[in-house]
Amino acid sequence: MALAFDEFGRPFIIIREQEQKSRLRGLDAQKTNITAGKAVARILRTSLGPKGMDKILQSPDGDVTITNDGATILEQMDVDNQIAKLMVELSRSQDYEIGDGTTGVVVMAGALLEQAEKLLERGIHPIRIAEGYELASRIAFEHLERISHKFEFDGTNIEDLIQTCMTTLSSKIVNRCKRSMAEIAVKAVLAVADLERKDVNLDLIKVEGKVGGKLEDTELIYGILVDKDMSHPQMPKQIEDAKIAILTCPFEPPKPKTKHKVDIDSVEKFQTLREQEQKYFDDMVKKCKDVGATLVICQWGFDDEANHLLMHRNLPAVRWVGGVELELIAIATGGRIVPRFQELTPEKLGKAGLVREKAFGTTKDRMIYIEHCANSRAVTIFIRGGNKMMIEETKRSLHDALCVARNLIRNNSIVYGGGSAEISCSLAVEAAADKYPGVEQYAIRAFADALDAIPMALAENSGLQPIETLSAVKSQQIKENNPCCGIDCNDVGTNDMREQNVFETLIGKQQQILLSTQVVKMILKIDDVISPSEY
Amino acid sequence: MATGSLFKDEATEEKGERARMASFIGAMAIADLVKTTLGPKGMDKILQSTGRGHSVTVTNDGATILKSLHIDNPAAKVLVDISKVQDDEVGDGTTSVVVLAGELLREAEKLVNVKIHPMTIISGYRMAAECARNALLEKVVDNKLDAEKFKEDLMKIAMTTLSSKILSQDKEHFAKLAVDAVMRLKGSTNLESIQIIKKPGGALTDSFLDEGFILDKKIGVGQPKRIENAKILVANTAMDTDKVKIYGARVRVDSMAKVAEIEVAEKEKMREKVQKIINHGINCFVNRQLIYNFPEELFADAGVLAIEHADFDGIERLGLVTGGEIASTFDNPESVKLGHCKLIEEIMIGEDKLIHFSGVAMGQACTIVLRGASPHMLDEAERSLHDALCVLSQTVNDSRVLFGGGWPEMVMAKAVDELARKTPGKRSHAIEAFSRALIAIPTTIADNAGLDSAELIAQLRAEHHKEGSTAGIDVISGSVGDMSELGISEAFKVKQAVLLSATEAAEMILRVDEIITCAPRRREDRM
Repeated sequence: MALAFDEFGRPFIIIREQEQKSRLRGLDAQKTNITAGKAVARILRTSLGPKGMDKILQSPDGDVTITNDGATILEQMDVDNQIAKLMVELSRSQDYEIGDGTTGVVVMAGALLEQAEKLLERGIHPIRIAEGYELASRIAFEHLERISHKFEFDGTNIEDLIQTCMTTLSSKIVNRCKRSMAEIAVKAVLAVADLERKDVNLDLIKVEGKVGGKLEDTELIYGILVDKDMSHPQMPKQIEDAKIAILTCPFEPPKPKTKHKVDIDSVEKFQTLREQEQKYFDDMVKKCKDVGATLVICQWGFDDEANHLLMHRNLPAVRWVGGVELELIAIATGGRIVPRFQELTPEKLGKAGLVREKAFGTTKDRMIYIEHCANSRAVTIFIRGGNKMMIEETKRSLHDALCVARNLIRNNSIVYGGGSAEISCSLAVEAAADKYPGVEQYAIRAFADALDAIPMALAENSGLQPIETLSAVKSQQIKENNPCCGIDCNDVGTNDMREQNVFETLIGKQQQILLSTQVVKMILKIDDVISPSEY
Repeated sequence: MATGSLFKDEATEEKGERARMASFIGAMAIADLVKTTLGPKGMDKILQSTGRGHSVTVTNDGATILKSLHIDNPAAKVLVDISKVQDDEVGDGTTSVVVLAGELLREAEKLVNVKIHPMTIISGYRMAAECARNALLEKVVDNKLDAEKFKEDLMKIAMTTLSSKILSQDKEHFAKLAVDAVMRLKGSTNLESIQIIKKPGGALTDSFLDEGFILDKKIGVGQPKRIENAKILVANTAMDTDKVKIYGARVRVDSMAKVAEIEVAEKEKMREKVQKIINHGINCFVNRQLIYNFPEELFADAGVLAIEHADFDGIERLGLVTGGEIASTFDNPESVKLGHCKLIEEIMIGEDKLIHFSGVAMGQACTIVLRGASPHMLDEAERSLHDALCVLSQTVNDSRVLFGGGWPEMVMAKAVDELARKTPGKRSHAIEAFSRALIAIPTTIADNAGLDSAELIAQLRAEHHKEGSTAGIDVISGSVGDMSELGISEAFKVKQAVLLSATEAAEMILRVDEIITCAPRRREDRM
């Protein structure tokens, strides 16, 4: 119907070249969109929970990624469908905002879409469904607040934090040593946390990986690790009480930005120029030495001559250190980044208790550790593992754990995991549904059903009978009035998540519900899809 | 309808059983590919590159074979990756790790077929791997305190490693070479300081370890061919035209006379530089960069031996050996550390002239000269020797030693079997499977040697039922033999790395239930 006629009977074109565009309208459009959204959710469904499976993703260039992380799977999946892209965005925003629960949010959205489809078939208007969902999500949101617990922690009592991180890590491949990983993550976050402002700058935590060794060798370094070696092979490999000059200017003759030429037209000039050049190098090294630096870290390269002079003056140096690392070093050692030699002063030097070079394996791999820094606010997590994919996956898992720990510091409320929070919300929403007159009631009830999808998926992935388990847990929650009953994924023998120590953050869960409702609302509101057809 | 267009064109998605099957088959294919190279009677592979010249490599080294393959299967890539890491970390056992991972997956496939959940298998494998490691830890022998015995251990390990390679004929000779070289390192794992020079010609047995240092370079014309009590300056500096490094400088002249003047000035500058270098009181000068004819002549005049174009590693090693520092400026001769050696001379190996530094101050570095009939032979010999050196240098640090010849696998299998009997639940199937996978390694060794593996393994198992048995497969006589008598040893570190990485890789592949392959990036066809 994209063709209309004006009062003289002439057609005018609303959509140009419409024969060449495929177009879906009304219920068809909604159904197609819902199917696409569900398809994405179905892919992720099996990755949910501690017994979730991994996916192999092969990139266009043939690189292989093996992962369990929802956001990573979706990001690398190379989807073409517009609605599927919305789902990808959904998981990404959960990743940016919270860092964890990226799989859950997509599964939740998928379940909401599935329920919406049924309601659409019964002739309920999509906007009414969307409004009902909105109401229900608010109920669930408030209910979560009610069932949440706060726990206190300080620098010494970190057990609860560790337990929460362990819940996150248990669904990843690193769950073999989740305890030590969780400890590393919590300690790292606490080291950089600003407990008064309740804020954590995760940029201060550097995650570095090196292939080789075992996962158990992963360590937390209170300092910085730089994947570089000393610029001259004969420089000392270990410096105690180092005073570090952090430079962003190269040990090379100056290169003024303005175009210029130095013309040499006589022998004298040639010689003076030569002398100046030598003096220049000498000056640079001398300046560093004069302010009392015992280690030079430079963002740029060195000239051979400068390198030898440094070596000669017994001033070890590291070259080609990246900008981000340089900043971290500056933060950790309390030094200032110096852009010009002239501005080098003793106050601007950073201090570190120990700087050492360490070699790995049989190949010539060396790394520089900067430890016992003046200001230990920057830390490094150094991951070892059997192969590159393992390390990449560990990095992602640790990122999740770090985010969880950070969220707890921001807001120390938790809900219980294992699907218990979802079941409890589902019950609350179900109960509230009857109070609403009108069509929204159906949508609210559907929302309650959708909430059941997460514990159901958990049970399914753990090899339990999904429907039986879910109904048993649900009735138990009502009977005992205990919102901590969840799915016993690990076959521990108890349903009470408080005993199993399975926690999740409150904001993570709340965010999941809000974000997935929002996306579903958006998808439901679309009633026309116009796309260029194949050409 | 929507699922069809969820991904871009050409992207494929495989789910559940199919995905698992694809990864199992891929991984097992890779394992089977290298399986035949395992053990002392393992066979070699010819690899032909697709590049220009279709150069050929003949090798027995698992990592080298896998590195050169073009693989599309993602699970297979995981195996290639672990083999590479094994090579980087411990240097040996690159084939074993792939074969073990392949066997673990083969067993896992059977279990999946009888409807055991992969997660259950994984948890069983984990328990088994832990148990196997502990079993090995109990049986290790550590001779670190006894220097004599320790050296003997090293010798045995080197011989065991070499016996599966092309050098097996002269393994005693090469084992001695490798042990001597590693002992000189004094505990460092930096194999860079052991230089391997390959010179075609002669027989493998003509290979030798040189205490000093050999530089594959020629001495400049008219310079002394032999220097005693040499003082060496090791440098990294430009000895062609010394460029002005200040940015934007250029020479501008307006007459021929000026050109001549500048040329003279340039020459003068070089002469000064050479004079400064000579003022260090040296009689040998080694530079990383080119030395032009003019300074070379000046050096010859002063009776200084000048060697140009030594590569960076060569320079570093030379600095290490002679104890000199690598210099780039020459203004303060008194504070530059010079290198020393008793004698520099030109020697001939085969047809080639090399420079030999002997009687060096610090004996950390050394050179192994390999001789052999063909370049392929030499390449393979180098790889084998590299394996042996890696293992030895790791063993020097972690001196725990195990017997070889399938003994560790049998010990582990026994312990894991016992664990399986004690474990209730479905996991015990997985643990049992782990023990079967372990036994597959000695089976393969026996098969490759053309022995009756079923018979031998059964005998071996019976032997191991006794406490403290040291029985393993004696491939030479084709029977069960006493490994401690035969002197077949392996490093604990290698075995542990094989066990752990293989389990890790198998676990990784087992966890997968979906493979999504993106559309390959389109390349511009210039055909």
